[in-house]
Amino acid sequence: MKKILIALSFLVFGTYANADCNIKSGSINILANDFPALRTLVDTAKECKGSADFKVTHSAEHNKIAVPALTANPSEFSVRVAANSSIVPLMNSDLIRPMNDLVKKYGKGIQDSQLITIDGKVMAVAFMANTQHLYVRTDVLKANGIAIPKTYEEVVAASEKIRAAGKMKYPYAAAYKAGWNLAEEFVNMYIGHGGEFFEAGSAKPSINNAKGVATLNMLKKLADLSNPDYLTHDSEAIKVEWEAGNVAIMTLWASRSGTLLDDEGDAKITAATKLVAPATVGGGNIPAATLWWDGFTLAKNRPDADAEASFRAMAHAASSKEMVAKASDQAVWLVEGFVPGPKSVGVIEAVKMGAKPYPMLPQMGLMHGALGNEIVEFLQGNESAEQALKDVEAAYNTKAKEQGFL
Amino acid sequence: MPNKSFFWFFLPTGLAMILFIGLPIISTGVQSFYAQHDQILKEVKKCDPFGCKVSVQIDQEASSKIREEKPLGKFNGFGTYIDRNHLATDQLSNFWNESNSTGEFLTKVGNLPFYKALIFTFTYCIIVTPCVLLLGFVIALSLNSISRKIRGALIFGTILPMIVTPLVGSLVLFWMVDAEGIIGANLQILMNDPYLSVKSSKTLTWITIIIYGIWHHSPFAFVVFYAALQTVPQEPLEASIIDGASRFQRVKHIVLPHIYPVVTFVALISLMDNFRVFEPIIGFSAQGSAQSLSWLIYDNLVNEEVILFGSAAATSIMTIIGIAIILTPVLIRTWREFRTNR
Repeated sequence: MKKILIALSFLVFGTYANADCNIKSGSINILANDFPALRTLVDTAKECKGSADFKVTHSAEHNKIAVPALTANPSEFSVRVAANSSIVPLMNSDLIRPMNDLVKKYGKGIQDSQLITIDGKVMAVAFMANTQHLYVRTDVLKANGIAIPKTYEEVVAASEKIRAAGKMKYPYAAAYKAGWNLAEEFVNMYIGHGGEFFEAGSAKPSINNAKGVATLNMLKKLADLSNPDYLTHDSEAIKVEWEAGNVAIMTLWASRSGTLLDDEGDAKITAATKLVAPATVGGGNIPAATLWWDGFTLAKNRPDADAEASFRAMAHAASSKEMVAKASDQAVWLVEGFVPGPKSVGVIEAVKMGAKPYPMLPQMGLMHGALGNEIVEFLQGNESAEQALKDVEAAYNTKAKEQGFL
Repeated sequence: MPNKSFFWFFLPTGLAMILFIGLPIISTGVQSFYAQHDQILKEVKKCDPFGCKVSVQIDQEASSKIREEKPLGKFNGFGTYIDRNHLATDQLSNFWNESNSTGEFLTKVGNLPFYKALIFTFTYCIIVTPCVLLLGFVIALSLNSISRKIRGALIFGTILPMIVTPLVGSLVLFWMVDAEGIIGANLQILMNDPYLSVKSSKTLTWITIIIYGIWHHSPFAFVVFYAALQTVPQEPLEASIIDGASRFQRVKHIVLPHIYPVVTFVALISLMDNFRVFEPIIGFSAQGSAQSLSWLIYDNLVNEEVILFGSAAATSIMTIIGIAIILTPVLIRTWREFRTNR
């Protein structure tokens, strides 16, 4: 009897999975960033492609291809896996379609909290969360009698102490590569100081203030404790520095922890690496970090049949309990059934501490771009903080005028 | 060649040039006079896994109507050309009035993105081009007088920098000057400064990129000069040896005048190439310290999440004008020689 029941349950589950994913027509073509969690997600989506055509492009250059590829009609991709910031240009140019009807029809397993809604329209379905938080080397901290830092002031003090002890020349690391990465660090630190990027309800910049100056000064202090090549270091480069044992405290993306803590590399360093909450700054109580979600969007310039097939395959992945159970250490999944592991500490603490999401504003990309180029000279010591912030605002204003925001 | 056969001979090339070079330039030019329509924003409620918030959003319905009527955007005239990110005419006059000395004025101007890029581009051009010509010529001369047995292998070795993909070539040097790399680490020891970084110092970055430029472009000059040297007639050279001319005198009075047209050609091509310097900036991740005009165009097109077509088009057109200006003296000279030869 028991055997029959088991067999029966398999049958039921089997047919259930088939019925859910019985995609008969349409074609699916996915554009996504390239890191392990996204590969897992796409592979899960592929499981239920049925007889639909299935193609995928994983690329670290996804941001550069997305807008042109989705502007074409019909567009190259039917699905674009995007995040808080990269969904904005798609919405600005009206390139993605609302999927309320599809969610109603096929989105059984998707939780309401996963839906990204703009004015009531579901524009994306999120499946994972991400943030930048602190990584520490417990052995180095213990040897120098330092507690795990909770604020960036403590990070600076701890790094100075480690340097003074003669153990490490450059004890701190963060992705300060000029351009997008550096701007992201500014955004984090500025939000940690409680700053606002724009005047309320308008696209006028408002970063040239005391909080902006404090942000820059903190970035400079941290940069002075980093490898002198910091302006060319992205997340991948500082990960290498960490694995080489050159760094004791680091600010890095939660999504990078998987490859940092794998079996490759020095086992001693891996064992002493601890993921902790993001730090606060300047006496503030929210972390100097931004929350990010990764989710999928559907291209507007594709036939409805493709959109439907794409949604069903992606929804299967974005609600798959099996996937989150199997890949629980690859990401902080927003999917039902996810049990957080030790690698999720950063994101979960950030949410608990009330971290703010990265601002999803149509003009934010221009601000981000201006920051990445204009604050470099301050860090190099060639310019005052006030002048750097003035330059950022001026560069932003010019671009915003050209784009019709001002 | 009779004009008629020249016409038919040139027609396919001409058509291709109009189609693939002429029309895109015209389209870029037109684009540079337009800016985006004023964005129509509305406040909406946005919800994500971290909560809901009311903030602004582009009103697509209203915007798409305007966009359909005028797909090119809003006519902006020379607005993009004179804004702060380009020629910055307003800022220039402000700086001039505010500044107490020419030095202060120049520092302020050097802080504007377009002029910053222009200064680097010019410096690169002015240093790299003569060095490439000189080095290429010296290598060609020396290889030309070396035993034929080993010449083949040496020539291959010399043109290697040109065969290596620019990005790979620059990456190799990039890793060498890293604080942990062979050159970077030795420099730290040599200067006795553990915080010395080639990559974070503006001057050192410029020097690295310029050295890379010379290394990468010299083989081109060498190959052309070497080919030209093969055509130098032997009789006058032998005659001059009998007359007791030194090696230097022979090069100066016989070889150089003979290959002079080729020198002009190489100078022209190098100038054009160097004015569009781009790959080493990406390869060295040097955008923090060194920006060129081509890099500005790239930045406007891909580095922002919003693509700035107007800005990129304006910079492109100004780059074309810049190249035309630099080439004018060389072109005038070639034209004069052409006339006198006839």
